[in-house]
Formats: sequence, structure tokens, C-alpha cells
Amino acid sequence: MAWELDADRPIYAQLVERIQREIVSGKYQPGEKLPSVRDLAAVAAVNPNTVQKAFAELERSGLIMTQRTSGRTVTEDTELISNTREKLAAGHMRSFIDNMQELGYDTGEIRELLAKMQSRETGDSGKQSREAENK
Amino acid sequence: MNNLVEIVNLTKKYGTNVAVNHLTVSLPKGKIIGLLGPNGSGKTTLIKMLNGLLTPTEGTILIDGNNVGPATKSKVAYLPDRTYLTMNQTIREILDYFQDFYADFSRERAEEMLKSLGIDPTVKMRTLSKGTKEKVQLILVMSRNASLYILDEPIAGVDPAARDYILRTIINNYNPEATVLISTHLIEDVEQVLDEVIFMRYGQLVLYTSVDNIREEKGKSVDAYFREVFAC
Repeated sequence: MAWELDADRPIYAQLVERIQREIVSGKYQPGEKLPSVRDLAAVAAVNPNTVQKAFAELERSGLIMTQRTSGRTVTEDTELISNTREKLAAGHMRSFIDNMQELGYDTGEIRELLAKMQSRETGDSGKQSREAENK
Repeated sequence: MNNLVEIVNLTKKYGTNVAVNHLTVSLPKGKIIGLLGPNGSGKTTLIKMLNGLLTPTEGTILIDGNNVGPATKSKVAYLPDRTYLTMNQTIREILDYFQDFYADFSRERAEEMLKSLGIDPTVKMRTLSKGTKEKVQLILVMSRNASLYILDEPIAGVDPAARDYILRTIINNYNPEATVLISTHLIEDVEQVLDEVIFMRYGQLVLYTSVDNIREEKGKSVDAYFREVFAC
């Protein structure tokens, strides 16, 4: 299945974001080998030169490295990975808070809503697991 | 030299009608390039001159340092906008013919692609649907190890699933030494696989840039930008 990409943003930047996400979420472990440019281009259904450009960008940031013999691997610098993760999370939080403030919520109300949603979700999952046990 | 194709001052007139008008452009190696423009902008005329099917009125074309002729034809794989295959032949006979005709034809690759699309090579071309004929033709073209692939409307007549397969075929056959020139109106479907785009109008070059440049600078897709530039 080709990757879902936005039509109005540079493709290489979207590839960078996606690979970053896969590294910080642990889909690719520190030190793990990444797919080749050709394979990734085929999977994502994008131009191989664009994949190359995305990899170059990730190399510049230090998240991935080129091994002379064995292609590209994820960095083993777990601190860099967790810093990147926090940076990405901060970006999402910022836009979430901005969106909520546009709806007229202040930070206190946002916190309340979050807590309410969280308790509802844990309640739901508790109910589901009880149902599973009964079966 | 990094450029595969050098086009200088190229002009083609049909009587008083100027189809290609003093066009100068260079195509690098190892790129997948979209040739885009409204109807009658000179795309097919340009492509036919690149293939030696039309003689320029003025100007020059060099492909890998050679003038268009037998030397360049052995390096250029061309998918025309309409079929030239004999409808009375079976696909297998056509494979024989291609193998005989083109030193760079990989029969193995062609048979593999036919198989993955579920096309039976023992049937006659005449019995195939329009879309399947187009697929066979594209398979023949992409099975050559050419330096320049010129595809005139490669996906126009096929269903969306086959479109994906065709685009994937183009990506999978990607070779850093070869360039693929794709002429199409279905920009939205192909822009993800393109490096660069050429916009043509009235036989002239309007724009030659990369897909990501357009997205970065204009904040829109090549398709949306095309609609803006060529709005009627």
C-alpha cells in the first residue's frame, strides 16, 4: 500500500517526518538496519531520489547513519532519539492547545477535559477486559 | 557531462503553425521528469522529434552526445500515444520480435511483469482489452535497458489499480544512469514519482523545476499549480 502523503507539502519532508516517527516510536530500534532507498521508494510509491533526499536530511540530524558496508542504520544514541521524540511531542501539544484555545477553552478547562476523557477511556477498556473474561 | 539530452533552439513548424518554438532545455541523467502542458502545447511533437519520427525545422537535439538517428534509437525506449503492434500476433511472438530487434531487451523482465499482471502470453493482441493492450505495450518498453524512456500518456487508458502497478514498475526499474520522461494530463496520479516537471505552452518552456520546489514555494501540489498557471 502506497503511503498516504499530503499533496501540498514537499514529499521529502513528509518522508522525513514519517521515518522520524517510526524511529521515536520504536518501530525501528536503535542500531537497526533501515530499508534500502529502492525498497522504500517502492513501498511508499515515491521517487527514489526523493527517498535519498529524505535520508540525507535524517543523516544531517544524526538520527540515521550510513554504514560503509551495510546500508543505513538508526543511531544508537538513545538520548538523541528521546530528545527528538520530545520535540515532536511538543509540536503536537502546541498545535493541540492552539486548536483548543481557538474553540475558547482555557488551559484549566483543557486539563479537565483531558482528565475526563482519560477516565472514560480507562473505564471502557476495563469494561471490555471484564467482558472478555466472562467469555 | 551530466546531461543526457541537450535540446537547443528546437523549432517545428507545420506550415504556418509553430508546434515547438525555439525550445532550449537540458535533461539530466537519473531523473523521472514530467512533461506537462495543455492540449496542443507541443509535447507530442517534441517527443516525436526526440525519437526521430519528425525532423526539426530548426535547432538541434543531442542524446548522450549523438544526433538523433540509429545510435540514439538503440538507447531510447518509446511508448507512443497509440499502438504500433500487430494485432494478429500473439504476445509471445511480439516478445520474440522485441528480443530480436533490441539488444537491450530483457525477456525475463517482460515475462515476469506479464505474469504478475496475469496476462497470458499465448493470446493474440487483438483479443485484449484496450487497457490490457496498453499494459503490454508499457511492459515491452520498460523491459529494455535504455538510457532514455519516453512515455507518452502511459496511464491514460488503465484502471487505478493498474496505474499504481505501472508507476511502481517505473520506480522499480529506476536506474541512476537513465532518465524517464513522462507526458501526461493525469498529474495528480504521477507527481509523487516525479523528480522534476517541465511546463510547456505554445511550444515553449514555461517552467522547469522540481516537484518539491513547487510544493515548497507555492504550498500546493503540481496538479493544483498547473490548473492555476493554465487556467482557461
